[in-house]
Amino acid sequence: MADIEVETEARNFTINFGPQHPAAHGVLRLVVELDGEIVERVDPHIGLLHRGTEKLIEHKTYLQAMPYFDRLDYVAPMNQEHAFCLAIEKLADIEVPRRAQFIRVLYSEIGRLLSHLLNVTTQAMDVGALTPPLWGFEEREKLMVFYERASGSRMHAAYFRPGGVHQDLPQDLIDDIGKFCETFPQVLDDIETLLTDNRIFKQRNADIGIVSQQDALEWGFSGVMVRGSGMAWDLRRSQPYEVYSELDFDIAIGKHGDCYDRYLVRMAEMRESVKIMRQCIEKMPQGPVMETSGKVAPPSRAEMKQSMEALIHHFKLYTEGFHVPEGEVYCAVEAPKGEFGVYLVSAGTNKPYRCKIKAPGFAHLQAMDYLNKGHMLADISAIIGSLDVVFGEIDR
Amino acid sequence: MSKSLAELEQYLVEELGNGLTGSQIAFGELTLLAHAEQIAKILIFLRDDSQCRFDILVDICGVDYPGRAKRFDVVYHLLSMRDNNRLRVKVKVADGAEVPSVVEVFPAANWNEREAFDMYGILFSGHPDLRRILTDYGFEGHPLRKDFPLSGHVQVRYDEEQRRVIYEPVSLTQEFRNFDTLSPWEGAKYVAEQEKNNEEGEAG
Repeated sequence: MADIEVETEARNFTINFGPQHPAAHGVLRLVVELDGEIVERVDPHIGLLHRGTEKLIEHKTYLQAMPYFDRLDYVAPMNQEHAFCLAIEKLADIEVPRRAQFIRVLYSEIGRLLSHLLNVTTQAMDVGALTPPLWGFEEREKLMVFYERASGSRMHAAYFRPGGVHQDLPQDLIDDIGKFCETFPQVLDDIETLLTDNRIFKQRNADIGIVSQQDALEWGFSGVMVRGSGMAWDLRRSQPYEVYSELDFDIAIGKHGDCYDRYLVRMAEMRESVKIMRQCIEKMPQGPVMETSGKVAPPSRAEMKQSMEALIHHFKLYTEGFHVPEGEVYCAVEAPKGEFGVYLVSAGTNKPYRCKIKAPGFAHLQAMDYLNKGHMLADISAIIGSLDVVFGEIDR
Repeated sequence: MSKSLAELEQYLVEELGNGLTGSQIAFGELTLLAHAEQIAKILIFLRDDSQCRFDILVDICGVDYPGRAKRFDVVYHLLSMRDNNRLRVKVKVADGAEVPSVVEVFPAANWNEREAFDMYGILFSGHPDLRRILTDYGFEGHPLRKDFPLSGHVQVRYDEEQRRVIYEPVSLTQEFRNFDTLSPWEGAKYVAEQEKNNEEGEAG
């Protein structure tokens, strides 16, 4: 009799989820404590992709530090560059030409599409659907070609520079992006027919990982994680940068704050992004795309061949780099995953003294324990999917 | 916006008086300098006061100033969604001294404080779980300190003989080159300082 009692005594089970798990969206190790199939505790172990970005940035000139930002959230590279450029521009009081502002907004929205397409479709894959990623990745491929045609690189663009963007866009590229905006909503409709009313997708996502408004505040959430809970907070609207204040777009919000609502918000945001891209193409003026004083941006190639002064400027910019006045700023952009911020401390030299990167995913992943408690083991992958984590930015 | 920011500054200085050591508005951003011991109290006030409502903790990070007696800055970034305001609170802390943890005030502070501990070795008293977060298991040192070398101290490789991953001191095939790109003609104070030192040396 005593033996039977010992055997029926419940014991919690601890398992390792990851670091190499397809549903972990990168290198995430979760130590999960289970009571049967119910999650009791989740302890995320992060840092497996830590590359010391902030340390490296302190040892590089401002321009050399730029490309590190592509490698943070490598799903939407230019959005990160944007925050860093804005911080430098704020410190050094640099005015960005209007055409460059439109190009930046245009490519930030392309980044949003890239990120949301990946997230929505892989989240569907995490809960068992295989077709959405195939369809979504086809569109991502087209968007990456736009990246490549503007910057020469599909992912790590280094395209946004302090003072503007590196190269002007040729007109045929702008036309092609316009054509893409015509055809893309149809693809979104198609993906929605696969998912939005899909019974399995709904069962796996609705009422899973509910975030109340109060909790969203306490855990420092941003982006879709607060909008899914019904708060209309979007930095593009509330603290507009570049030309967002002139553009007409809506902020999608959810109602219940569960995984399903976050999916719906992302789908709606993609439609809004297309709307913004169309307006950018329509309103984009002609003109320079880079600040022209010669103090932060190099002179044109042709000028360098003729002017000694221009040659000296070029040499100085690519060896010493430009100096940023002493001070500290915090600049944030509405990245696809939430508020991506850069806290930049300058000591008045050509290198950042300190550059803290505030990654939205860091705060979101932190709440894993709170979000998963009481859910089933299988819900973990649905919740990670809807958090939209990318380890490039979390581990830095 | 800047006017209301100035008003807010005045209000906070009045309310928080002895908890603060100073405040400033620069680049359109309000910064409060606070006593480290009071930080939890200040953040609670900023969160709950009806005039502030800084109810989101955006970020906590450390900054290292090796030349200072109180070596580290701990920087708290707050956001008020209601008023659409941002605020920065900075405290100074010496190496080895403790800052009260604010996990009780903002759960979001947990990982941020762990990161500041990991990167700088800043200690947070009352933190429920002050472990390393970003660096390797068993890592030694605090990598973002200014006196920590960029290349680190150890490197990792898989050893065929021992059939496991081993740690060994860093060996660089090419010496690490740290170019001093600061122009000697403008802005580089060290040249003037060196000359001055030389002159003094000769005079002495």
